[in-house]
Amino acid sequence: MNKNCLLCGVGGQGVILASKLIAYAAMEKGMSVRTSETIGMAQRGGSVVSHVRIGEKTYSPMIPKGSADVLLAFEPAEAVRSLPYLKAGKEEGCVIVNRKAVQPVTAALGGKGYDGREMLDFLESRTQRLYVVDGEAICRKAGSAKTLNMALLGAAAASNALGISIEEMERQIRSRMKPQYQDMNLKALELGAEALLAL
Amino acid sequence: MAGQLLMGNEAIGLGAIHAGVRLVSGYPGTPSTEILETVAKNNTEGRIHVEWSVNEKAALEVAAGASYAGARTMVTMKQVGLNVASDPLMSLAYVGVKGGMVVVSADDPGPISSQTEQDTRHFGAFSKLPVFDPASPEEAYEMILDAFEYSERYKTPVLLRPTTRVCHGCASVEVREEDPRTGGAVCDDRGDKKEDTAGYGEPEGFVRDPGRWVIFPRLSYENHKKIEERNEKLSHIFSSYRFNTVQGGSGVKKGVAAGGVSYAYVKESISGDVPLLRVGTPHPFPEELARSFLEGLEEVLVFEELDPVIERSLLQVAGKYHIGVTVRGKLTHDTANAGENSVESVRRDLMSFGLETLREDLREAERRFGGNKEEGCGADSLKTPSLPVRPPVLCAGCPHRASFYAVKQAAKGRKAVFSGDIGCYTLGNAKPLDMVDTCLCMGADVTIAQGLHIVERDAVNFAFIGDSTFFASGITGVINAVYNRTDIVLVVLDNSTTAMTGHQPHPGTGRTMMGEVSQKVSIEKVLEGIGVEKIVKADPLKIEEAIDAVGQVMDETGVRAVIFKSPCIAVTKAETCYQVDEGACVSCRQCIRELGCPAIVACGGKVSIEPSLCCGCGVCAGICRFGAIQEVDHE
Repeated sequence: MNKNCLLCGVGGQGVILASKLIAYAAMEKGMSVRTSETIGMAQRGGSVVSHVRIGEKTYSPMIPKGSADVLLAFEPAEAVRSLPYLKAGKEEGCVIVNRKAVQPVTAALGGKGYDGREMLDFLESRTQRLYVVDGEAICRKAGSAKTLNMALLGAAAASNALGISIEEMERQIRSRMKPQYQDMNLKALELGAEALLAL
Repeated sequence: MAGQLLMGNEAIGLGAIHAGVRLVSGYPGTPSTEILETVAKNNTEGRIHVEWSVNEKAALEVAAGASYAGARTMVTMKQVGLNVASDPLMSLAYVGVKGGMVVVSADDPGPISSQTEQDTRHFGAFSKLPVFDPASPEEAYEMILDAFEYSERYKTPVLLRPTTRVCHGCASVEVREEDPRTGGAVCDDRGDKKEDTAGYGEPEGFVRDPGRWVIFPRLSYENHKKIEERNEKLSHIFSSYRFNTVQGGSGVKKGVAAGGVSYAYVKESISGDVPLLRVGTPHPFPEELARSFLEGLEEVLVFEELDPVIERSLLQVAGKYHIGVTVRGKLTHDTANAGENSVESVRRDLMSFGLETLREDLREAERRFGGNKEEGCGADSLKTPSLPVRPPVLCAGCPHRASFYAVKQAAKGRKAVFSGDIGCYTLGNAKPLDMVDTCLCMGADVTIAQGLHIVERDAVNFAFIGDSTFFASGITGVINAVYNRTDIVLVVLDNSTTAMTGHQPHPGTGRTMMGEVSQKVSIEKVLEGIGVEKIVKADPLKIEEAIDAVGQVMDETGVRAVIFKSPCIAVTKAETCYQVDEGACVSCRQCIRELGCPAIVACGGKVSIEPSLCCGCGVCAGICRFGAIQEVDHE
């Protein structure tokens, strides 16, 4: 069964690492994986997108629009930007989105920040399987703003939409991340999963 | 055999190791950078000499020398890097090599991180070298192995041309087992056995042969004839090469041709039994294969990125053999003539071509979630809230921001032109800094400033150059200015790394890709040696001192230099962090208006600093007239 997971956010939020961990977890289950990432100039505060495609018979490194089973969004406006990738129909894809908006410099210069609430309302009105996660609160509990990606991975695993369990994600963190950061990341993963299940 | 999750660039790097490469050189450039880094990372026994050369020309020449001595070599760069390396490349094509030599030049359709959308496949035809064009990371691994084989068999450098989506895509790649005797891959299914296999085992060393290694008009003439003969032969051989294929049924009148990652998009979009030609070696073009594909077809639609290389070749084949087929693509405006392809663009073009229809589930997704606006899929009717624009910006705490700010303040009220260059600091063009008036190519800041000044003598002409760019191609420009007595202010933005491409070492860092410590080449001493008489140094984060440094040299004549030295924040650890004191802040927004730091945000009229982004550079605190920004402990 093929699964397409689109991760989106802003450069510096840890999107690429999250996509790598999903890919490794799927590989370990014996599945074929194809991914595509944003690297280079666009990383500097720009919108970043990682495509993860799990399963046989994929060719394009990017998920075709209308085909994502999961949209894992690190930021509300980025979720809206990437919404055209979501799968519609009987098996509509699910959207897991971090609540907190990231203000771009252009918004600060323009004098008015943009409101993440408006983005979340839009997602609410458009999609059937929306999970809004308070990543900021989880990061505070886990002890670092850098654990947002783990919190969202935990939520994605708990949603069961990827076919990758929380234990399988944990194993990737244990085997691939520096020992000194593991506890913090595992905690964020667990809190992310709890947050989703509590919704 | 083992499946590994590899990025296309990692696959190329590992493939080169498995092919027994002995020397890898290159210059960083998106999307090629990780190839050389992969080789360095896996060079555990130090058997391979890996170096970031000072620029692409140097890299290619170093590799050519090693190939003359019989070693297998690889050179990596991005497409515009090949322009820099084109001088040795064009001549080396005539001289040839002994050890297999693969020049990897990564193209960047879009472009996503480049100045141009140039197509390396033209360089193949121009230099008369074979070009391999992979469609996926898996193929990139296989093709680099093939490329070494062909290079050695025909004693010629060959080009491997991946594009961004192949370079930066990851896939499960089946990696070959290593041959313990040679360190090279076991390859038994790769056609006829090699004879002159210098790349395996110990290289033979350089054998003097002036008739072979010294380029002279007579030799070039003789070799030119041989090259043309060889390419005709290769065109024939490539017609049965495993990555040049024809798939699909007969009796159908419409066919599709594709190369590179567009082939993956076609495979993803196409259903049924459509005749499909895929071209893995755009040069020499597999003419016989193409001819058999075209015969019997009425129309062909070609998918490729950048230039219509396959399309033109097919037109040529159709004309040569009088085949009555209409070839459609970029030249006929049936596909886009600029930018990247995608599954969506390919599907849309296939639909116009009358080969595909839109599946119901995709139609519903477009209706509900919007598609490409330019595709006219009704996204407007979705009433999508207006999305924030996120252009790439200098990082919070980036010392370049401080340097630009200092120059801007010092030059206030003066007629000044700011010439920029390639690197993170190109982003100094964004508002509110707005400090890059020109940007052309590596090193051109120094020389463009000279041309500008010669025409407008009353302007102060600033030239901004990063440390890595200075070494790569800035020095000759400075010599030019000193020699020709042109007035410019050279501003060296030295952050002790090659930041934009992911922090590679360079001659000024004192570290090499072999993990050795080497002598640091001093920019200041280089400038002194050239004869730049007025050189001042400053820490850009000490903003008053920085403005003063610019002021000291601005009104002098001749070539003056300011060296702003402060390390890239991405490779240093933040020690402090700043916060806005709400009581003292009068919301004048000077910090936002003048600096544009992504860590400073305005919400509901109030200014605050995002602690997760602040690196503690303190520049905002330095310019706040109300002392409302204060240092606090970092989280």
